[in-house]
Amino acid sequence: MSDAEADLESGELLHRPGALARYGPILLLTLGPILAALVCSSLILLAVGVDPLAYYGYVLRRGLLSGLGLSQSLTRTAPLLLLAAGLIVAFRAGIWNLGVDGQFLLGAVASAALAPAIHGLLPGWLVLLLGFALAGVVGALWSVLPALLKAYQGVNEIITTLMTTFLGISLANALVKLVFLDPGTTVPQTRTLPVPDRLPRLFDTTVSSGLIIGLIAVLAVHVAMNRTAFGLRLRTVGANVRAASHFGLSVPQLTVATFALSAGFAGLAGASEILGVNGNVRADWNPAYGLMVIPLVFLARFHGVATIALIFLYSVLLIGSESAARRLGVPQTFTLVLVASMLIFFGIAEHHLHHRMRKAG
Amino acid sequence: MPNQCARSSPWQSSELEGLARNADPVAGAANSNAVGLASVTKRFPGVVAVDDVSLSFRAGEVHVLLGENGAGKSTIVGMLAGVLQPDSGGLTLAGEPVQLSSPFESLSFGISTVFQHAMLVPTLTVFENLVLGDAWWRRSSRSQMEERIAELQELFGLQVPLDAMTGELSLGEQQQIEIARALLRDCSVLILDEATSMLTPQGVDELGGRMRRLADRGLSIIFITHKLTEAYRFGDRVSVLKLGRLAGEIGKDSLKAASEASAVEDMLRLMFGGEESAATPAPQPDRTAGEVRLAAANLRIDGGSVNMAHSEISLAVRSGEILGIAGIDGNGQKQLAEALAGQRPILAGRLDLDGEDVTDASVGRRRALGLRYLTDDRLDEGSVGMFPVADNTVLKEIGAPPFWSRGIERPARIAEHARDLIKRFAVRTPNEFTPISNLSGGNIQKLLLGRELSGTAKVVVFNKPTYGLDMQNSVDSRRRIRAVANSGIAVLLISTDLDEIIELSDRIAVMDRGRICGVLENNSSAPREMRTRVGRLMVGDAAMEAAA
Repeated sequence: MSDAEADLESGELLHRPGALARYGPILLLTLGPILAALVCSSLILLAVGVDPLAYYGYVLRRGLLSGLGLSQSLTRTAPLLLLAAGLIVAFRAGIWNLGVDGQFLLGAVASAALAPAIHGLLPGWLVLLLGFALAGVVGALWSVLPALLKAYQGVNEIITTLMTTFLGISLANALVKLVFLDPGTTVPQTRTLPVPDRLPRLFDTTVSSGLIIGLIAVLAVHVAMNRTAFGLRLRTVGANVRAASHFGLSVPQLTVATFALSAGFAGLAGASEILGVNGNVRADWNPAYGLMVIPLVFLARFHGVATIALIFLYSVLLIGSESAARRLGVPQTFTLVLVASMLIFFGIAEHHLHHRMRKAG
Repeated sequence: MPNQCARSSPWQSSELEGLARNADPVAGAANSNAVGLASVTKRFPGVVAVDDVSLSFRAGEVHVLLGENGAGKSTIVGMLAGVLQPDSGGLTLAGEPVQLSSPFESLSFGISTVFQHAMLVPTLTVFENLVLGDAWWRRSSRSQMEERIAELQELFGLQVPLDAMTGELSLGEQQQIEIARALLRDCSVLILDEATSMLTPQGVDELGGRMRRLADRGLSIIFITHKLTEAYRFGDRVSVLKLGRLAGEIGKDSLKAASEASAVEDMLRLMFGGEESAATPAPQPDRTAGEVRLAAANLRIDGGSVNMAHSEISLAVRSGEILGIAGIDGNGQKQLAEALAGQRPILAGRLDLDGEDVTDASVGRRRALGLRYLTDDRLDEGSVGMFPVADNTVLKEIGAPPFWSRGIERPARIAEHARDLIKRFAVRTPNEFTPISNLSGGNIQKLLLGRELSGTAKVVVFNKPTYGLDMQNSVDSRRRIRAVANSGIAVLLISTDLDEIIELSDRIAVMDRGRICGVLENNSSAPREMRTRVGRLMVGDAAMEAAA
């Protein structure tokens, strides 16, 4: 046992005053798994004959250190942040909304259907605003069924949200191919919002201002959950449903509200990707961002600032690995190996912490 | 080696001759040391749970381990059951040092434990539960089992319905099955950990008789309790633990020679070291009941797991009065409390709070009108364990001023309120930011009482207020309940502890199978008589009580 571990074991480190004592163990438990995952992935890369340093070098250079790469990474964070905002609300309220991808896609299709149709008739800012609003509402509506089933029948929302996400993805495809098809092209896709009418870019860069919306959303959710009566109600329901009823909280109503907020944010995330970057929805388009963001939100322990940091890191990884994949022949899905091993090490660290707390208690 | 020891067990039920051999009380075995602790010390982070304790448990005796919560009883049980390992010192079996490094090893040395909460699979039949631990390659013989169960029934009066679904049996019946299971394993040492806490008074007496018969057969019985009268009535020998140390022992002869009162006095002295006797009945306060604060008329409650469909509950509590609700656990007391607090729907009838109809009012509305409910489930219902103490003091008022202003939390106000409660109710906590689950049961109880009494409380419903607390904290809680009533608040006291009800109440209502089956005027100066009268009602013998 190392000295540091011995310190932790005896609780010394936790009692020593100062920032290190307060955040030290948490930092260790967050950064530790990330480092372990990097090492573990390196071994896999070595096993398939790729120099891990070269791979990580490409990822860093293309995702973070080049101007174009950095702005691509930042742009990519926008939908991820909005999804994370919704997931933080849900998870802290004890609701497993695993249906964010369906809600995201339907939100995206809704905004892609509306914005080009009213474009030119209304001022640009209003088009964008209406596009976002509709996407949020549609996302929220797609969670009504799991919400009601959970709130009033106690049906496990993991199952229902997963089912509705598959239905949502298919429905979004069907809508693109059958209802909102752009007659002007042979490619099955919706009509396109012209580039100048999309979300403005930040300053002179190519970064979409969706980034700002995403940042505000995560920070607002963080403050709301920690500092408002509504947030405390949701957290209480999330921590202990029996206690919440004992305290006189209306658990069903709060459950429905949680679903609406969470799915609404997912819808907004879809809109930010369409109104900010893509301009239209192609048939069979499903980036499955939601399933990527869920582990990151957990890794950040639902903390807003930590979530932002991890999502940025992940975006860099996504963008960087796209070029690294081309150069080194590593499939792009290798990022999933990295994220998955992070999760495994995160689980191990968490288990270790609980074990120690049990021993101490 | 383990098998050898199992064979040397003094009681072998696998053959009838084995029984016959031990049929008369084993005089020789009675003095032999079955299992013992030699200078055992066990530490946990921050506490010494067991401090240099030496004990020896003899065959043919009921040895009582007496002590408050945290005295080290459970730790000793854990070490004997092979769950915990001593840090220093060791265990002995028949005088020989032995190491029990797993529950399996402990069982194979013939040490069986019946825990406070039934360790049976509720969805299996009794037979299936009894054969669960058998070797997987051997087919369990039904006829052999029936034979052995019949023996147990004859010898010890154990009722073991082999085909019953375990979950449908009462706790007392389940406990008999656990004892039977221990005997089927040919155990020589039987540990009963707080075995009476879930039983009816009659069930307790039956268990006492059963322990005596088992001891007469040569078994060593270790009976863990914190109830002094049980220790006197059932024990051959009493060892008192206090804060992990052996505070003293009362030997066989002196225990038999002493009267109950003097033995209890001795035990109290050992447990509290000459402090004022906790058992002294408190003087009845001179308070007078005022006007009716809470009136229930023909309430029909959705009882959930308890069938309350045909019970119409009516009761009234006056200001300054304590109405006790006695009854065996699980007869609808919790449902009644929840219905009064607004957590459970009232199907019919009417509930008035201080003259206002609150039959359909929400939890929050009733609280605002002065109705407070102190739940028995302190940690899982009354508080949110991982939230800080401070947040827990305001969870029943989320969003209300002065702790929130337009929905925005004011942490300084909340912390100040929490510090105030901590001070006024003498809660022991490092500070108000500590997660409440780090506090002891007694301190959580004080804090929750503080929360319920803040603002203008008019009616307080206490549900099992001293459940799981040690004696000092129980005495303290009872004092506070009395003080609440003295301040003019109407108190409804639900408890399964008859002594507590008789000590505190002005009137006693008894619940049985979801109904109130009788209300008695309390006479706390004749506790024994009251106990008999209430006890009869508790077991559903209303006719007998009416006749008496």
